[in-house]
Amino acid sequence: MTEVLFFFEVVLAGLLAGTMYSLVALGFVLIYKASSTFNFAQGAMVFFAVLSFVGFMELGLPFVVAFFVTILLMVLVGFATQRLVLQPLMNESEDTVLMATIGLGFVLEGLAQAAWGVEVRRLDLGIGDFPIQWIVDSTGLFISALDLTAGLVAAGLIIALALLFKYTKMGLGLRAVADDPGAASSIGIPLSSIMLLVWSAAGVVALVAGMMWGARAGVQFALVDLALKALPVLIIGGFSSIPGAIVGGLIIGASEKVLEVYIGPYFGGGIEVWAPFVLAIFFLLWRPEGLFGEKIIRRV
Amino acid sequence: MKPKPMFMSFSRGDVTNFVMLMVIGLAVIPVLIQTDYWYSSILIPWLCLSLAAIGQQIVMGYAGQLALGAAGFMAAGAFALFNLELRVPWVPFPINLMFSGLIAAAFGIIFGLPSLRVRGIYLMVATLASQFFIIWMIDKFGWFKNYDTSGIITAQDIVIFGKEFTTPLEMYLVVLVVVAVLTILAVNMTRGSTGRNWMAVRDMDIAAESMGISLLKTKLQAFAISAFFCGVAGALFAFTYLKSMEPVAFDIKLSFRILFMVILGGLGTIKGAFIGAAFILLFPVALNTLGNELFHGAIDATIISSIELVVFGVLIIVFMIYEPLGMAKMWEGIKQKFKRKPEPSMARVSDSKA
Repeated sequence: MTEVLFFFEVVLAGLLAGTMYSLVALGFVLIYKASSTFNFAQGAMVFFAVLSFVGFMELGLPFVVAFFVTILLMVLVGFATQRLVLQPLMNESEDTVLMATIGLGFVLEGLAQAAWGVEVRRLDLGIGDFPIQWIVDSTGLFISALDLTAGLVAAGLIIALALLFKYTKMGLGLRAVADDPGAASSIGIPLSSIMLLVWSAAGVVALVAGMMWGARAGVQFALVDLALKALPVLIIGGFSSIPGAIVGGLIIGASEKVLEVYIGPYFGGGIEVWAPFVLAIFFLLWRPEGLFGEKIIRRV
Repeated sequence: MKPKPMFMSFSRGDVTNFVMLMVIGLAVIPVLIQTDYWYSSILIPWLCLSLAAIGQQIVMGYAGQLALGAAGFMAAGAFALFNLELRVPWVPFPINLMFSGLIAAAFGIIFGLPSLRVRGIYLMVATLASQFFIIWMIDKFGWFKNYDTSGIITAQDIVIFGKEFTTPLEMYLVVLVVVAVLTILAVNMTRGSTGRNWMAVRDMDIAAESMGISLLKTKLQAFAISAFFCGVAGALFAFTYLKSMEPVAFDIKLSFRILFMVILGGLGTIKGAFIGAAFILLFPVALNTLGNELFHGAIDATIISSIELVVFGVLIIVFMIYEPLGMAKMWEGIKQKFKRKPEPSMARVSDSKA
């Protein structure tokens, strides 16, 4: 019985850790949905946002103020990206834009480090990364409070985004742009303000994701590498689907933990470094558009 | 009219250029430059990374496959050469070097398989798997490192036909010869049917396939040859530049650097690989020197390296917007300015003046 319990615990820990990947992937999906741009810089945005947030806090700003100042900063980043990077590359191929966003990622990483320094910062959200006692007492499962919070925050963000897309005029415009940018702009939907909204939303998501990651692993450059794991999440879930990002994150999180715990020891551990990527390759062979994605992949 | 080739696909002009470069590389530089710093910190890494950039160029610039894992194949080549030298020391060094390239090529074929199904960022994610997997494999299995407890291995001395190549100048000459031979091969391949097939697949895969080009063969060939170049480059990099190494030396950051060399140097030219490698390698050195000269250490080294990231990023964006063909194209433009202008453009200039 304890073995079954242990298995559930592993899966559960994986699922909850997976929501952290989902949060990174979510920002990626937002931008892809609206503009068919693969924003490779999403990981750098996570790092940039949370490092700025911690930096503002160190300057003496209260938590809430620092949060909103960082959001403003991310809106500014979105605006600049829109103006300086994406508009000039409007009709270029996907690969060209992708490479430009790799460049953007390096700019953000460099700027963040130049402004705030390279030391690892601690971020204390007041939520410990330890098991919640009453859950341990009542069910015997060990669930970290931070994991649970991340899960709840992810759920909250998704509900908010879904409502935004479904019930606001801006959201309707956004769906129209995602469907057919040409037609949308011809009936007077302002493309650039929609894009600004999307990049700002992605910036907010990046900040929240960064805060969760930062509270667990410290605010440091390694966050950028962690964010690379959002890529397999996207492949599994599909690039254009918000539920896909969530489910993909959960699958990656859970399978990574299960593989590490049950198969890892035979190889000396550490297989979570590459397991998500290999899993993604198998998904590509089986279902290239992802679980929830549209069948848009180009025949090769 | 097309000049008649003299040797393989090379015209008289190519051969003169090559002979000139070789005279500079083999005679002028060794006579002029006496300081070891230039060889061991600039010329050797430049040549090694240029070779790796050629590998990246083949798969990305010629075959149009967005791959990001050059450093993984470099690691495969480096550790393959270490083990070959360790376990079969009686095999001559050049043969071992070739085999280490072939071992990397085998990895290239395995991790090139996803390219048959996907492209763009999907392929990039698939090739990232190779990067992480190869480094992890070398890291976790002690055999690859001869069970060294520190995890850091020391490269053996290079011995060719009983002669030891240990000084920076000697090692530079070895690297130069290998890079020269492989560069000739690469240029020849890109000009021949192999390269034409790659470019056809890059420009429009379906049209290429309908003309009877096998996508399977062409893509896997590109991945294999690319990985071969990266493997040899990694082996040379490890044996002449790093000397003692751990797998982490070949992490994802190196892959990004090689990607940048190709993008900034110019996609689809061998020349671009050399120019890009020189830029990516020398720019941080120049920035550091400049920072020290201007501010006398007042600016922190970490700030300078952060600025370096920003500049690389900005350059990538600027090149993508204004000159997607990179520095090689700019170089051609500059050369054109110094050459006698062709007649038609002269006419147009005088027309506009009148």
